[in-house]
Amino acid sequence: MSDPNELSPSTPEQPERPVPTLPPGATAPRRVGTLPPGFASGTKTPASAPGPADARPHPKPAKLAGLPEGPGAPAVLPPRPAMPPAGGDGGGSASAADRKAWATDQDVRWCPGCGDYAILAAVQRLMPELGIERENTVFVSGIGCSSRFPYYMNTYGFHSIHGRAPTLATGLKTMRPELDVWMITGDGDALSIGGNHFIHLLRRNVNLQVILFNNQIYGLTKGQYSPTSEPGKVTKSTPYGSLDHPFNPLSVALGADATFVARAMDRDPKHLTDVLRRAYQHEGTSLVEVYQNCNIFNDHAFEVYTEKATKPFSTVYVEHGKPLVYDQGRKGLRLDGLRLEPVDLTGSAFSADDCMVYDETNRELAHLTIRLFDAPEHLPRPFGVFYVEQRPTYDALVQQQLAEVQALRGPGDLRALLHAGETWTIGNN
Amino acid sequence: MPDTSAPSFDDVPRDLPVETLPAATILFAGDSGDGIQVTGAQFTIATAMAHNDLATLPDFPAEIRAPVGTTYGVSGFQLHFGSVDIRTPGDEVDLLVAMNPAALKVNLHRVRRGGAILVNTDAFDARGLELARYDTNPLDDPALKSAYQVIEVPLTTLVREALKDSGLSHKDIDRSKNMFALGIALWLYQRPLEAAVTWTEKRFAKKPEVLAANLTLLHKGYHYGETVEAFAVRYEVAPAAMPGGTYRAIRGIEALALGLVTAGVKSGLPVFYGSYPITPASDLLHELAKHKVFGVVTYQAEDEIAAIGSAIGASFGGVLAVTGTSGPGMALKTEAMGLAVMTELPLVIVDVQRGGPSTGLPTKTEQSDLLQAVFGRNGEAPMPVLAASTPSDCYETAYEACKIAVDYMTPVIVLADGYLANGSEPWRIPDPDALPDFPVAFATPKQAVREGEVAVVDAPDERTPEDNDARFLPYVRDPQTLARPWARPGTRGLEHRIGGIEKQHETGNVSYDPANHQLMVRLRAEKVDRVRQTYAPTAVNGADEGDVLLIGWGGTRGAIEAAVERLAAKGRRVSSIHLRNVWPLPDDLAPIFDRFAHLVVPELNNGQLIRLLRDAHLRPFIPLDKIQGLPFRTAEIEAFVDALLDQE
Repeated sequence: MSDPNELSPSTPEQPERPVPTLPPGATAPRRVGTLPPGFASGTKTPASAPGPADARPHPKPAKLAGLPEGPGAPAVLPPRPAMPPAGGDGGGSASAADRKAWATDQDVRWCPGCGDYAILAAVQRLMPELGIERENTVFVSGIGCSSRFPYYMNTYGFHSIHGRAPTLATGLKTMRPELDVWMITGDGDALSIGGNHFIHLLRRNVNLQVILFNNQIYGLTKGQYSPTSEPGKVTKSTPYGSLDHPFNPLSVALGADATFVARAMDRDPKHLTDVLRRAYQHEGTSLVEVYQNCNIFNDHAFEVYTEKATKPFSTVYVEHGKPLVYDQGRKGLRLDGLRLEPVDLTGSAFSADDCMVYDETNRELAHLTIRLFDAPEHLPRPFGVFYVEQRPTYDALVQQQLAEVQALRGPGDLRALLHAGETWTIGNN
Repeated sequence: MPDTSAPSFDDVPRDLPVETLPAATILFAGDSGDGIQVTGAQFTIATAMAHNDLATLPDFPAEIRAPVGTTYGVSGFQLHFGSVDIRTPGDEVDLLVAMNPAALKVNLHRVRRGGAILVNTDAFDARGLELARYDTNPLDDPALKSAYQVIEVPLTTLVREALKDSGLSHKDIDRSKNMFALGIALWLYQRPLEAAVTWTEKRFAKKPEVLAANLTLLHKGYHYGETVEAFAVRYEVAPAAMPGGTYRAIRGIEALALGLVTAGVKSGLPVFYGSYPITPASDLLHELAKHKVFGVVTYQAEDEIAAIGSAIGASFGGVLAVTGTSGPGMALKTEAMGLAVMTELPLVIVDVQRGGPSTGLPTKTEQSDLLQAVFGRNGEAPMPVLAASTPSDCYETAYEACKIAVDYMTPVIVLADGYLANGSEPWRIPDPDALPDFPVAFATPKQAVREGEVAVVDAPDERTPEDNDARFLPYVRDPQTLARPWARPGTRGLEHRIGGIEKQHETGNVSYDPANHQLMVRLRAEKVDRVRQTYAPTAVNGADEGDVLLIGWGGTRGAIEAAVERLAAKGRRVSSIHLRNVWPLPDDLAPIFDRFAHLVVPELNNGQLIRLLRDAHLRPFIPLDKIQGLPFRTAEIEAFVDALLDQE
């Protein structure tokens, strides 16, 4: 290239492609008023990236309809609105138009059949019914398939770097506590490369919601085992089987003193939506692990929990104040010493009254329940909200301390600050 | 000098001759637990109050309490003060205060021939000598006493005697002996006692018995000087002719903190500082944590990556975000720096450099992170780099970095170093109104555009947030700075998504388009290049032309300019320039280079700025590298230039 300011001559030869994914304001070609000299010549607004976009219908541009009038972000954190009753598939009373307002005009690029679609739909369904506003909502993610999520939410969004979403979310929420912050992450992102940030986010109890997409595999890097993959798993990086012991994300979370710990799955959208709603209501870091099927690299991983034939006796849904009963009332979990033991409720030996009544404020019980994990062939996998604790949030404490110091010492005076300590004067100044 | 600075109890001075010096250098040295740094800081304040110009060099081991009496546990505090312009902590020591044999062993080579050495003879016992690996007592060596003026003081004995009725434990008494030494030094150089008294009263306000003991020792030390006939002469260092104004002594790290607070006030933004403790940058966290009344939030993150990540998150939220660290932490932050480049968010990254690589020399100074700062990221990830040159220059550099960051929507690196951070000098306190405000204009809903409209920053007024067909384009650029708009979450109509994946020009959407990538790489580079618009013209220190131009950056300024002065006094035709804006390099250097025969680049590294200069200017730059964890001595630069010119 002779002129360093010239773009590659190949630019004009790019095949013309329809640009359906561009927002209306960016449709090419048009005059670009803000380019510096040397950049404008021959420049087109680039087309959308190549991809399987044509295989799917293009969503129409989202409308901003239905938003109430009013100023932008409130200066003070308002109390979260009371939730309307849930109803219908996945719950929520939001109209289709309301839901659409929360979707962007970007093509969703997950593989067809991916469990992520169901989670996205659940979130988009939930948002309008929360009575919140798009401009006060921020989705922050790390890296991985799930972390593309913010691009599909018509809110503020930040797709950051691998494992670091908790750090960005913490900085943002600490300084802007009036915003609703949601964090999207996966089993590799949160538990492997970002494990450190994950535990520190939970112990600080920053007031935000974490949706952890657990598919027990690395999807975006094309199928290596993850820290939640079962031992012996054969993947590209473990052709003779994985030797790693997997951990249970919710046990990690409880160990890190998380204040809201829950599990749901992509194939049960109504329950997922209910759990997400409760996560939103909780003041503090709300962790929702979602079992999410990766139909490309780890298909059927959660089949036993999602398919009609096996789901009843393979899963137990915990509910505060209700006995741990599953398999349509045929089975239950009874406290036997320091462990939960499955019992048959169809005979005369045990009834639902013998089963453990779930108490989501009981940390020890939450521990026991979450550990229904180690012998999956004998025990049902639990879903629901396992633990809720009220503890001051980090962001609120930071703002409170600022306010206290400012109330005590008055507003900052720059001149006084610069002159602090021992000073001396030369001349007449 | 005002009369008030004369100590009130110095009314029966021994009839000692007083020698007037233009400048002097003192080095206090002892165990890291001996209170050496406190002693040095106190002498510094007393000297500042006597209106001398000064520069200091604290030099301490990385170990918090290294084994007592060992050479590797020696902590030092060097202070150069004078009635003349003081630019460095001093090349040669005039008075070494050695609290033990190890302190003598480590520092003797720094004392000028004929200089004075004050030793605590009590520490030169068999055990002390053995710990310092002395086979024989150096105080018995006639050569030592012929080369230096050795002042032998049984410090431990004197201190124990003075405090025998104090009720303090032996341990506490022995720990206070630095105050006795401070008293002697203050007497010897006719420093006022008031500042040290005031400081001691404040420090031990809650421990009256310790306070009383410390004040007793301070005064006993002072009187010891005049009663004991150990000293042949007292020294006087007259006040320096400094510009009028109100002064305080300031360390570079304090000045950095004040600069950041000032930038917050001037921009109207809250300041967020995310950091993970690391030597020698931790004090920036400590300083900023004090300033909550200015709305400064400090966040001690779980690691270096979290520190910068939280700052990027805060910046996305519309806050003046800063992170600080030293070299190893910079290495950990690099991926996130690239994210800040890609998302074009304002961010200031302070790197207080230390000796490297790896853990390197945590408490020693070096300038070896320059190339890391300029180039050390994956991909094409340019960002402006500024370097502070003196402790007080740290203030303006921090302010300028913040202003560039928000004006250009870019991460900016500020390079300081251990010497600047811990060194102190008198600071003429600036008028806070003299620095301009830079109120930040966040994007407004009217910046959203309809289909077919030209995307411009200054959009028509009739746009309303409820305009359903309008879209906000987060990567439309200001025509002058190429900065993209800063849209604060919470603003209706500006909802947008950003991230580390390549951005489509203007829309900010994910784009893998080849031509777009090239365009965006060029735009980001051009934006950083345009930061040059903010530069002041490069100033030449000394004559505009000559035989040698010294080209410096960062904390070497004092030594370089002192060398220029000495060389010029000898008739050498030597000048210097000093770069605050290290990257992008100023574009007015070539005409300056043309006017000098030799271009010498002194650096505390293995040649880093010189590589940037050669790349841009293709000239035979001459390296002058020192990589010893120590700042330049003026004489080293002077000798190098002398040799260069003499070989012609």
